[in-house]
Amino acid sequence: MINHNSCGLCRIDIENLSVASGSTILIEDINLSLHCGELTALIGKNGAGKTTLLRAILGERNYSGKISFVSHEDGKIKRPSIGYVPQYMTFDKSTPVSVADFMLACKSKRPVWLGNRKDDIEKLKERLSVLDCAELVDKRMGDLSGGELQRVMLTCALDPMPDLLILDEPVSGIDVNGLDLFYKMVSSIRDKYHIAILLVSHDLGLIKKYADTVILLDKTVVAKGEIDEVFSTEAFKSAFGYLE
Amino acid sequence: METIYSILNLLPFEFIQYNFMKNALIAVLFVSPLFALLGTMAVNDKMAFFSDALGHSVFTGIAIGVILGLQNPVISMLAFAVILGLAISRVKESGTASTDTIISVFSSISIALGIVILSRNGGFAKYTSYLTGDILTVRPAEIAAVFVTLVIAYILWIKIYNNLLLVSINQSFASSRGINCRLTENIFVVMVAAAVMLSVKWIGILTINSLLILPAAAARNIALNSKQYHFYSLFIGLFSGIAGLILSFYADTSAGASMVLVSAGVYFITLLIKNKIR
Repeated sequence: MINHNSCGLCRIDIENLSVASGSTILIEDINLSLHCGELTALIGKNGAGKTTLLRAILGERNYSGKISFVSHEDGKIKRPSIGYVPQYMTFDKSTPVSVADFMLACKSKRPVWLGNRKDDIEKLKERLSVLDCAELVDKRMGDLSGGELQRVMLTCALDPMPDLLILDEPVSGIDVNGLDLFYKMVSSIRDKYHIAILLVSHDLGLIKKYADTVILLDKTVVAKGEIDEVFSTEAFKSAFGYLE
Repeated sequence: METIYSILNLLPFEFIQYNFMKNALIAVLFVSPLFALLGTMAVNDKMAFFSDALGHSVFTGIAIGVILGLQNPVISMLAFAVILGLAISRVKESGTASTDTIISVFSSISIALGIVILSRNGGFAKYTSYLTGDILTVRPAEIAAVFVTLVIAYILWIKIYNNLLLVSINQSFASSRGINCRLTENIFVVMVAAAVMLSVKWIGILTINSLLILPAAAARNIALNSKQYHFYSLFIGLFSGIAGLILSFYADTSAGASMVLVSAGVYFITLLIKNKIR
């Protein structure tokens, strides 16, 4: 297995995680580890519980079980800090909020309705230029294309650098070129920084190309490991049919 | 109060010589910015319908006050509005598909229940002034209450605006940054409830929601970022409030409704500007 920037010591452990809604069990007894420097893809049919698992990790849903982060520096166990790039951005597109407003609202305690300081804007431009989109800083969020929005969200998600970066189905609303570009960026983030990446996606072709390990979910973890391994399991075949 | 009166006396307008107009003007100067501020987020968060329901809860709030024998119904109005607001926000959060319908049910019950209780023995007539509001009944103590609310609102707005903005754009993203979404939204709900309940007697149940929504809706037609949004909304709110009050004085009409008409006019002007510049 290729470990891009992994020390093999930092990892996010999920143990015996279950989520129930009333008497319905949505996901149960999930056990998995996400390692730093690795891009892990989470796959499964609709309704398999991918979104529920993400919500639990994000702290939006009550769950039983444990989510912990083990750091390589001191070996201490804590809650992982999370960067999240959402799947859909369903906010009102006519909302008068600029990219700078949004990014500074993430970073700064100063209320953005007071206006933004020049040197703050310069810093934002620098950060955006990493993903090649510095020119977006003054644009309204609602005027951005799907791909642009994603790059802005990714830039936000990486500041401060999280222990775990979650990319939720980052394909919607992007053309093929933009998609490839996005995945290249994600790969380079994985190689450059010391973080674990969890990718939720339906696009098995892209997963094959970019992911290091795969987790197949159907209420619980039914298969995990390297891509070819998981893709050849019976569970995978019954969920997705045969892959060319 | 006397000092403020004497300052206002310097204004070269005929209407300002009456003390009730002075009170009304001061009230407008405090209420308009408060609503313009809260409106920016109410519109972002698609809560127009929600604040409407809050307005409707007024009668039930008064009725509870009457049953409890309270001298001042504002306390029971506020308490009921906060409870109703938090309940609606809970429903909205649960993500049920028919949120609108559920809010509608809440809203209908709270207006009907209030009317039923207050109209018992034919005593409803004295409450009908709440429908259209009467800004000339403003008393200095009420102005003080609104001023305090305005100050608190500004302090909270400085503290929670950034979080509120992130929650309104994407809740999961906000959660990932450690923001307590429910708490943030609930603080906002309580702020709106307080603003509506303290001023509904002047503005009127039927028009108060427009005062909250229209300045912000007009501002977002022309604003490109948060600063412009707030600035335009404040300006439009203040302008409509003052212009509406003066118009209502000379035309002898309801002040609340006149303010709404002015801000509706501004809304259509900004809509035209928007279509020109885009």
